[in-house]
Amino acid sequence: MSISQSEEGGSQKLFSEDAFLEDIRRQMLRFAMLQLNDNHQAEDAVQEALIGAMKNATSFGGRAALKTWIFAILKNKIADILRQKQRMVNVSSLLREEGEDEDFSELFDRKGFWQTDERPVAWGNPEAALRERQFWLVFEACLEGLPPKQARVFMMREFIELSADEICATVELSTSNLHVLLHRARLRLRECIENRWYLEGEQNAELS
Amino acid sequence: MLNCHDATRLMSEAQDRPLKLSERISLKMHVMMCSGCNNFKSQMGTLRMMTRSYSKNKNDSESPK
Repeated sequence: MSISQSEEGGSQKLFSEDAFLEDIRRQMLRFAMLQLNDNHQAEDAVQEALIGAMKNATSFGGRAALKTWIFAILKNKIADILRQKQRMVNVSSLLREEGEDEDFSELFDRKGFWQTDERPVAWGNPEAALRERQFWLVFEACLEGLPPKQARVFMMREFIELSADEICATVELSTSNLHVLLHRARLRLRECIENRWYLEGEQNAELS
Repeated sequence: MLNCHDATRLMSEAQDRPLKLSERISLKMHVMMCSGCNNFKSQMGTLRMMTRSYSKNKNDSESPK
């Protein structure tokens, strides 16, 4: 599967590959839905991002660069929509309640110290993992394993890179509630990545 | 004296707001003595780095070597 890399026209060609387009559209839609929780708005945002990308597609050589760029456009679109939502009424639909009282007793003992087998281990050289395709499948699975509300605010903060204040205003959370959600998301995500990658890295590498 | 649960909470919040001096001091005391939390601390930065490069690296690694 080689992609011709002539500077001009290379990504035009990519856009005509149905499989590539379908794949990226599906990923974009899933991400937009997670953030916007509104089918219609998510479809619109993805559509606009794709159209915007196609207009300027000639300057992109390969798949990776193109996809990174399309996602950057989508991130901006979603950030705009979220900021607008602040001023609209239907914000309350954004974050429905979910099991708030989570039990972290599997992680910490009664006094709040790490359970022996849950104590975080050193991850070695994290940059190495980022180059492995399999790592990103694990990462994605861990993200999808988060409760939706935690996943949403975590991705707002770390992927779309909104500030804590912006997130609070957008989804009508108090600052302390946001901190609680982000703390839980990070605890879970960290644990999941450690268990499924760093403690089982070898097995994973053979799965692909 | 902080326990690990509180220490992880502060380390998470440090990603989103500047910690107060008193918080920084008690966190530092805890992390010096607790290897688990010491690992957790560097993993907060790693997690951020990973998430920011999420779509990018996933696709870079799919490119032909």
